[in-house]
Amino acid sequence: MLAQIGKRFLTVIPSLIGVIIVTFLLTRVLPGDTASYFAGPAATPQAIAEIRTKLGLDKPLPVQFADYVAALVKGDLGQSLTTGQAVTKDIAARLPASAELTLAGLFLAMSIALPLGVMAAVRQGSWIDHLCRIIATAGVSLPVFFTGLLLVYVFYFILGWTPAPLGRLDVFYSEPARVTGFLLIDSLIAGEFETFRAAFAQLILPAVTLAIFSLAPITRMTRASMLAVLGADFVRTARASGLDSSTIIGTYAFRNAMLPVVTTLGMVFSFLLGANVLVEKVFAWPGIGSYAVEALIASDYAPIQGFVLTMAILYVLLNLMIDILYGVIDPRVRLEG
Amino acid sequence: MADVGKLEPAPLRFDAPPSTSFFAHARHVVSENPITGLASGLFLLIVVAALLGPSLVPFDPLMSDTAAALKPPTWKHWFGTDQLGRDIFSRVIVATRLDFAIAVLSVVLVFVFGGLAGVMAGFFGGWIDKLVGRIADTIMAFPLFVLAMGIVAALGNSVTNIVIATAIINFPLYVRVARAEANVRREAGFVQAARLSGNSDWRLLLTQIVPNIMPIMAVQVSLTMGYAILNAAGLSFIGLGVRPPTPEWGIMVAEGAAFIVSGEWWIAFFPGLALMLAVFCFNLLGDGVRDLVDPQRRN
Repeated sequence: MLAQIGKRFLTVIPSLIGVIIVTFLLTRVLPGDTASYFAGPAATPQAIAEIRTKLGLDKPLPVQFADYVAALVKGDLGQSLTTGQAVTKDIAARLPASAELTLAGLFLAMSIALPLGVMAAVRQGSWIDHLCRIIATAGVSLPVFFTGLLLVYVFYFILGWTPAPLGRLDVFYSEPARVTGFLLIDSLIAGEFETFRAAFAQLILPAVTLAIFSLAPITRMTRASMLAVLGADFVRTARASGLDSSTIIGTYAFRNAMLPVVTTLGMVFSFLLGANVLVEKVFAWPGIGSYAVEALIASDYAPIQGFVLTMAILYVLLNLMIDILYGVIDPRVRLEG
Repeated sequence: MADVGKLEPAPLRFDAPPSTSFFAHARHVVSENPITGLASGLFLLIVVAALLGPSLVPFDPLMSDTAAALKPPTWKHWFGTDQLGRDIFSRVIVATRLDFAIAVLSVVLVFVFGGLAGVMAGFFGGWIDKLVGRIADTIMAFPLFVLAMGIVAALGNSVTNIVIATAIINFPLYVRVARAEANVRREAGFVQAARLSGNSDWRLLLTQIVPNIMPIMAVQVSLTMGYAILNAAGLSFIGLGVRPPTPEWGIMVAEGAAFIVSGEWWIAFFPGLALMLAVFCFNLLGDGVRDLVDPQRRN
């Protein structure tokens, strides 16, 4: 198993190299003078020249690439003009907010989509199957920022059930001592239940928005693969052997049906990480997505490139985790390896 | 729809020959799934708005009238007015052209380049296949919307670059479909026959392979149109590409977002609704086109 995981790690390397080359190229194709872009709109010619030598833009391209990789290894992604801090530091500070939101959205989506997809497959043609089909079609058509705004209007403005869509925590509460960076977990560790409740109230709408968005592909895939498995010979055999249907569905069919679902999770994560940016903008969520959006507006390029690279590396690692998870669920993959 | 899967003995009919015309088939597809008909109607509406929009609307989409700012929908202003008193109905209709154009252009771009790259990879194999595959894999290694953000930020903040970025992130999808379809036809009988008659590889590619995979590629186009429009609107929502005061759905929702918390819902709602309907229409139409062209993949 360990050798297997080691081998999977090796497959990550070409993707990482590709990602680093592309982000490097993205830093060099800036229209006009790269140095003046990095210096910002208000820089003096002197500052621009300084930045040019500092960035090594007067050297040949392969040397620049080597420098870029060397800086990356040291965790240096440049300086943000807007915050005045190292991009790596900014991103590290904001990443937990994005991670908490994304994971909460995914968790919510899975806990609705999996039972719904299974029920739709088991009771094919029933109302739940139709509901499943409507969700699958509507979910992919809804612009995620639009859903978010509708939810804010209904649950904040009309009903007043949720707090204003302004970040992770109401200003009246102080952040709990940072352990994981996840407010829900940190507040529990610190034993501040009131803070936990406040953070949860802030999280619920953005998480639901993300969940609605990612519900469609997971539901559709669960239904389709569950249908395929329920029609398989081994399920018929299990049924003929007199096992009750909850054992068949829960133990035999579900575990096998999960395999294609786990594979689609890769695609779901691609959408989710992108949608995250939009949701963060709608809810003023202080994650790395809104960090990148703020930098975009200020034409501050180092943070954007740092953001793209971070997201890509995260995505590559998530795909690796999904691959490993696949091996854990399906012993056949382990044996073939 | 639910009865499609059941195996019932089909009544014998001798009056209808198996090879009906394309239009008869299209009519059959629409009548079997009325939603496709509805989507076609919506599509016509979008096309009309895109072509004639600016001459149909009651108000100038850029004309501000601060006296009538932030008014909810009335008989005069069907969708209300925004913070500058501009008529939202006019702006939503006029915006159709820009949103539609971005989606169509980016899809055409990726259809030509992605399709060609995929066909060449599938037909020639070898290093071309490896190279194209590597490029597609590298693009897929990014979360796609994030890559689009990075591309627009790097190339420059303009509508053209939104089109290019949207085309690039769709590239792997087109490559995959075109490659698979070209690959299975590479050694097909009709290709072999054409090769034996002395046609060059490129001639085979363009006269035998490409025309044969066109229907499948058409399905791909209609399935990605919705995603393209959604992606472009998302980019302009975060402030990329389109600049105010240009009417565009994504940026109009972004402008209205600030007013949602104070209850002026109509500013963001109507452009968002237009966007949603357009995407919904393209997705349904995509399924319809697939049923029409490629009945085996029906679900």
